[in-house]
Parts: sequence; C-alpha cells; structure tokens
Amino acid sequence: MKEERYIRQTTLKDFGPEKQQLFAKAKVMVVGVGGLGIPVLQYLSAMGVGTLGMVEQDIIELSNLQRQVLYGEEDLGKQKIHVALDKLKRLNSETNLKLHDTFLTRGNALHILKDYDLIVDASDNFATRYLINDACVILDKPFVSGAIHGFEGQVSVFNYKDGPTYRCLFPSAPGQGSIPDCNENGVLGVIPGIVGTLQALEAIKVITQTGDIMSGVLLLYNGLDQSIRKIKFPTVLKNKQRKELEPAYEPVLCEMEELASVHSLNEQMNEMAHISIIDVRTSVEYAQEAIEGSTNVPLNEILDYFSTNPVEHPTYFICQTGIRSQQAIQFLRPRFPKTPMYSVIGGMAAWLQEVASTRNKS
Amino acid sequence: MTILLFGITRDIVGNATLNIPLNDTRALGSVGQLKSYLMDLFPALKDLTSLAVAVNSNYASDKTPITTTDEIALIPPVSGG
Repeated sequence: MKEERYIRQTTLKDFGPEKQQLFAKAKVMVVGVGGLGIPVLQYLSAMGVGTLGMVEQDIIELSNLQRQVLYGEEDLGKQKIHVALDKLKRLNSETNLKLHDTFLTRGNALHILKDYDLIVDASDNFATRYLINDACVILDKPFVSGAIHGFEGQVSVFNYKDGPTYRCLFPSAPGQGSIPDCNENGVLGVIPGIVGTLQALEAIKVITQTGDIMSGVLLLYNGLDQSIRKIKFPTVLKNKQRKELEPAYEPVLCEMEELASVHSLNEQMNEMAHISIIDVRTSVEYAQEAIEGSTNVPLNEILDYFSTNPVEHPTYFICQTGIRSQQAIQFLRPRFPKTPMYSVIGGMAAWLQEVASTRNKS
Repeated sequence: MTILLFGITRDIVGNATLNIPLNDTRALGSVGQLKSYLMDLFPALKDLTSLAVAVNSNYASDKTPITTTDEIALIPPVSGG
C-alpha cells in the first residue's frame, strides 16, 4: 500500500523510489503554522516526509481564514498547532508529527531546531527570521525561507552547504516600523499559498538532492503580473562563521513587569482604576472589535500621538496578539521612562476568548 | 535606466518601475550614487536600513558601477507570512 501511495512521484524519472526513501527519512521543522507554513506542512506530509516539526503558539482568528486554509470556522479560538496536528494526522498517518507549543525565541531556538535536517522559515516577522538564520548557521543546517508583502513573495534556500545566509542578502534587521507586517499591510489570501508551495518544492529538492537548489538565488514572485525574477547573490564569509546568537532579537520581549494578562486588565477596569487603554492596531482592525473606553492609536502613529498627548496614567497597550503592543512600549519607553506601561499578553485574541463574554454578562 | 521596485519601495514610489531621465543617469556612476539620488527624490527610502540592490539580476554593493542601460532592482526584505 505504501508504494502505491507515492507511485505518481516515484515513477518520475528524476525522483524515483530512492528519493522517496530519502524523503521518508527526513526531519523537517516548519516555523510558523500560518499562511506560508500550512501549504508546506500539507504537501510535505502528503508526499511522505518522515518527520514534521511545528513551532507555533498563535490561536486561530477569523481574519486568518482567508489565507490559512487548513482551518475552518469551527476552529476559531483554538490553538493553531493543535488543529494542524489533528488535520495532518488524518492527511497522512505515517508522518511523525512533533509539536512545539511555543514561539521560537532566543532561549529555545537552538534546542528546538537541532534535531531536524532542514528548517522552513514560514514566520511572519523579522525578529524570528534573523533568529532562524543565526540558529541555522550555528547548527550548520540549511533553511528554506519564504516571505510575502502584498502581492509579492520572496523565496530562497539559505545556509545550504557553502552557500550564502539571509544576512548575506540583508545584513541586519530593518529599523522598527520602517517595513510593515502583514496585519498592517494586508495580504491577498492566495499569495502565501503560492509562496508556501514554492517553499515546499524547495524543501523537497533539498532533501532529495533534486534539480537546481535555490542557494545563492533569491526568487521574487509578483502576483500582479505573474512574473518571477531570480537575483544571484554571493556568500559573505563572516556570516558563515557565527558561533553565538545575538544578545537580543527585536522586538525584544518586554521585561516581565511590562506584561499584563487580559484578566489583570479586566480587574483594573472593574475597579475603575485610573488607567489608559491604547489599542495600537490599525483603524480597520479596531473598527471590527475593540475594548470599551480604549483609544485607537495605530502603531505607526504612536510617536506622533504621544508627542502631544502625555502618558499620565498607567497605560495598557493592546494589539491583536501582543507583539505590536510590545513594540509600542519599546518606542515610548525612552520618552516616558517612569510611567507604568503594560503590553497585554495575547492581545485582543485573548481578550475576546477569555474576558469579553464575562464582561457582557455583568 | 529602469529601476524595478519591490516590496515597500514599490509602495513608496507608487509604481512598479521607475525610469530615470538619461541626463540624470549619465551622472550616476555607481549603485551608491544612484541610491543617494533616489533618496533625494523619495526621502522615505532613507528609512530602509536594509535594502538590497541588484544590477542586471546580480546582487550589487554601493561601489558596483552602473551604466545607462542597466536594469536595477531595489529589493527590501519582506517579513509577512
């Protein structure tokens, strides 16, 4: 039965049963189970990869469904990684699935990635992208990178043998706020599907040593005119010699005292404490659902806003999941060194799941 | 000279490509000079601390010489997933 399952690809002259064997032994880690990670996981599992690891801690939100097509309406509010596990098990029971129910951090990256042959970067932020690069260089592992912006995508295989790294192309992370993320910029649902599928193909090629691997080549996909361009770039030797991670990866996780749970925010509101709640999501996100009494100041306007509006009360910053709210505090901390500022852990997603319904009842 | 724009550079310029008048390109001898010229035209480009440039589909440094017939691409990193 096993042979028949993969016969459409094992009959390919350039693939064959030997490569299927290689594929069946491979251990691949996918960082991020969102728009890019989902097609990677689906195809690698369907095609018979040996072990698939997943790192993810987000929960499924309504605005994910237009591009994260593994999830359905009944999965809203559930953890992505658990829903993905359930669906992938049904797709191919022979795949060994390993869950890492966390975000990839400076503290856990080397430990999590070390057991895999190949890493797939399907993350959605620069901090994680540079962390994956540096960890892969230290561990001497190749990684397949994919990233999107609007209608465009970028794909490459970094740190493959002597080939260049992500830092050979982009030496350091862009200044905070200078390049927006998906939530701020928008993304057409099908684009991560295309780019993630290109990543899946590169992953298969690397594992089975098939075709021309895109090492030292950056593929630029543009959905508006369906064009693909390839840019060649060289290895910068010093980037290959890294032995340690950077001291921190932006956005730096806030000190513990700068984090607040949705429950502690709820208590403060119930006690009618003098607090401010600043929602740093975009106006579009804010319009859909927001906490009563909160003020919408999108992250890219935050410095302007607080140049004329002083921070007087303890201020709670909230966004969708708790990332942008931490950035807000980083921006403002130098200007207001003594004001208590808190980033709400889990953001509106956690608020809606854990607090909103109880507030409505009371 | 044609400049192909990707990612945020396309949003900043407001177009997928940018043609530079021949009189201007003649004075631009290197990628570094071209970048300064573009940053004067579009100051928001100055905020991009990480920006790759390709000349005729090959990664280029600020010192890479350019000619009026070259095809240049501005490639910022993108992070979405």
